[in-house]
Amino acid sequence: MNLARYARYRYFPLCLGGVFFAIMASIPWLLNEAGAPGSGIAQLDMLNKIGIYALLALSLNIILGQTGLFHMGHTAFFAVGAYATAILNTMYQWPVFSTLPVAGLLAALFALLVAVPIIRLRGDYLLVVTIGIVEIVRICLTNNIFGITGGANGIFGIARPVIFGLAFSSPRQQYYLIWGFTGITVILFYLLEHSRFGRALNYIKQDELAAAGCGINVARYKLAAFCLGAFWAGMAGTLYAANIRSIEPTSFNFFESVIIFAIVILGGAGSITGVILGAFLLIGLQDVFRDFSSARMLIFGAAMIAMMVFRPQGLLPARRRHYGARRYLGKFPCAVRRQCGAAYNPYAEDEGDCV
Amino acid sequence: MEEFLQQLTNGLAVGGIYALLALGYTMVYGILRLINFAHGDLFTLGAYLGFTLLASLGLSGLASGLLAAGVLILLSMGLVAVAGFLLERVAYRPLRKSDRLSAVVSAMGASIFFQNALMLVYGAKSQVYPDGILPEASLILLGTEVPLTRFLMFAASLALMCLLYWFVNRTRVGAAIRAVAIDQDAARLMGIDVNRIISLVFLIGPALGGAAGVMIGLYYGQITHDMGFTFGLKAFIAAILGGIGNIPGAMLGGMLLGIIEALGAAYISIAWKDAIAFCVLILILIFRPTGLLGERVADKV
Amino acid sequence: MSLLSLQNLLKSFGGLVAVAGVSFDVDEGSIVGLIGPNGAGKTTVFNIITGNYRPDSGDVVFDRNDITGRATHAIVRLGIARTFQNIRLFQNMSVLENVLAGCHCRANAGLFSAMFRTPRQRSEERRAVEHAMRELAFVGLEHRHDNQAGSLSYGNQRLLEIARALASAPRFLILDEPAGGMNEQETADLTELIRAINDRGITLLLIEHDMNLVMQICRKLVVLEYGAVIAQGTPADIKRNPKVIEAYLGIDC
Repeated sequence: MNLARYARYRYFPLCLGGVFFAIMASIPWLLNEAGAPGSGIAQLDMLNKIGIYALLALSLNIILGQTGLFHMGHTAFFAVGAYATAILNTMYQWPVFSTLPVAGLLAALFALLVAVPIIRLRGDYLLVVTIGIVEIVRICLTNNIFGITGGANGIFGIARPVIFGLAFSSPRQQYYLIWGFTGITVILFYLLEHSRFGRALNYIKQDELAAAGCGINVARYKLAAFCLGAFWAGMAGTLYAANIRSIEPTSFNFFESVIIFAIVILGGAGSITGVILGAFLLIGLQDVFRDFSSARMLIFGAAMIAMMVFRPQGLLPARRRHYGARRYLGKFPCAVRRQCGAAYNPYAEDEGDCV
Repeated sequence: MEEFLQQLTNGLAVGGIYALLALGYTMVYGILRLINFAHGDLFTLGAYLGFTLLASLGLSGLASGLLAAGVLILLSMGLVAVAGFLLERVAYRPLRKSDRLSAVVSAMGASIFFQNALMLVYGAKSQVYPDGILPEASLILLGTEVPLTRFLMFAASLALMCLLYWFVNRTRVGAAIRAVAIDQDAARLMGIDVNRIISLVFLIGPALGGAAGVMIGLYYGQITHDMGFTFGLKAFIAAILGGIGNIPGAMLGGMLLGIIEALGAAYISIAWKDAIAFCVLILILIFRPTGLLGERVADKV
Repeated sequence: MSLLSLQNLLKSFGGLVAVAGVSFDVDEGSIVGLIGPNGAGKTTVFNIITGNYRPDSGDVVFDRNDITGRATHAIVRLGIARTFQNIRLFQNMSVLENVLAGCHCRANAGLFSAMFRTPRQRSEERRAVEHAMRELAFVGLEHRHDNQAGSLSYGNQRLLEIARALASAPRFLILDEPAGGMNEQETADLTELIRAINDRGITLLLIEHDMNLVMQICRKLVVLEYGAVIAQGTPADIKRNPKVIEAYLGIDC
């Protein structure tokens, strides 16, 4: 089968997504049938972890992959969301689900506050500042800021999410919750990518000055990308807190940021498929190679270098968008007589399709 | 007043380390526009190499502790310089023509690699330098007793910095380094071997980092495999504070950051010590993004 | 009626004065050429008009609005579009997407309408694609719509930049050396294209070193030297002006 040929087909993403999520939906059943120990609790837990990271990487992809902002502080927003849920749930007895939008909004608000002064910075300065933000957030959490974060011990006893009387408590229910949310995210982000908004982010990534010259308010779009990414990371924080039920500052250290960053870059910046593949590879393989835990990170570092040298665009780079513009060919007048008069020769002077 | 003097001298001693590291960052950034994230880990490597050399060569038996320290620093400088040279060859040179993001990710990968390689070799626990290499004497300064080691640290880093400053500003090769930093293409047209200059910078920067590593080992006594991350990040902040790409700026920024941090930890809160540097960074980037000694460069349209 | 009026613009970089008190008007519907030796400050004047640089003093008045120092994207919205001397396309994106960038400021769909694909967003998107194809056809690149912008020949990249600028529905178009790197035939086509753009009622201001082209199509010329206007008038006047001949034309004409 020549997959590359089918990949040019317009509805390919839809089919690919459909197949992927169909497989994902049947995994709990398959594990059960295959007689995995405990109906595959361990496997489902791992997949849940992958799902959370996939969500985080998808949201970082908006900022890093689509807009090209070097943001290595994504766990800061993740932490804000997770702590918002934990605090609202354990101290104020809010149901977990009702904290979902609040966690997202708080993370987005936090992102807005930190991003406004730094959004105009050059790429690598932004990188260092965002690393700084993760560190500051972690230090704040450890030092029990405002007396509500529980210091180094963190917060435990977070309730299970309940919706319409249905509690998501077993790993299998968690699994459907997390991957259902990821599915919705993929659809929404796909639509976003294929829109005026998504294109504007790409223009900024390619050439900020030319983008401004096309009437794009660069700073506003960058901020919007930041806030949207943070909003989603905050909601991922809610899901994480509800899944793991106890959170502590060390779960949100700088290294987690590096992992999410690496998922996006190694999977394929700007590509939803690539990012999900990246989450499976990086998080899944980490679990598989648990026995060599220290050598594992050594290999991870070496792999990052090797990928950048040999395949910097990532494993599955972004696909081109299709617009169905062919139907307008020959409909509009041309100002230059020679260009209109000459028969069209697709191989004259210009080289190469961009597929 | 006594507390202030203690913190000031401590800040200067640690600031010297920051400055030495910042020089490595600033030189690489000046030439390649790349944050060498692995630089902090080269510094850790220096500290561990010093530790190993100390144990295996029996340097602690040397008559004078100071002489032993000097030999240790020189050996570590040489070895770390080699590591830096190899790092550039493997992780950065193939990416010279690709976009900045690739190089940054590669640098990140190199940092993770070094950190975990050190952990594999030396274990996850911290290592302790033997006592008694540096004299335990104290100096009386304005009626306050200040450990001599602080002055030794400061003097050693100052000496290395002056040496570098002289090299870059007063020698032919130094002029070539400055030329490459300003315009690689023009430098190449003038017959400068740009690749050799870049290699040279990746020898000098890590060498200073290696020296700083041994010095921190001697000063604090304790070293860990992941200390390079925090030290490196702070040193980079110091480089930005002084004005990135600017050698006197890196020295000034390092010293200032060391002092600000020491005083902040003493007078504000020790728990927030690590956050201070990042607050400095955010403030400097908002109010003077070119750094204290940096020059304004207009964007090219 | 002057559409654009520059009043005493002053801009220096460090110690270097790039633009020293430049004033001139561009009449609505005309084609004006800005000429002068290299380094005379022509591109700096362009960058001041489009908001890329803020002048040290002086005013830019567009259609009776003072636009001095406004943000570039806001100026584009008012109807000033430009091309760049050193072509700045979105190299890795398709030709069509480059033109769609120009359509950006004439549409409204934002984040939410994109995520929920509202009917309004869809019709707006369809109109944008149609409009972009219209502009591509206009410059003669419609068959290249699916190519990667960076794979086009140099001349076609310049045309694409013009199409992108036209897509923002400008009243005033600034071209920075549009014929740079073009061969004779391409330059002839460009002349035709510039006239056609002007026929659409769009006012043009261009920097160009090709004197043949400039003399053919410009109604008015402004000559810059060392950041100051040394002469302005019709091409015929400029050809006879002794100062201009000494400064510039004398060498090659």
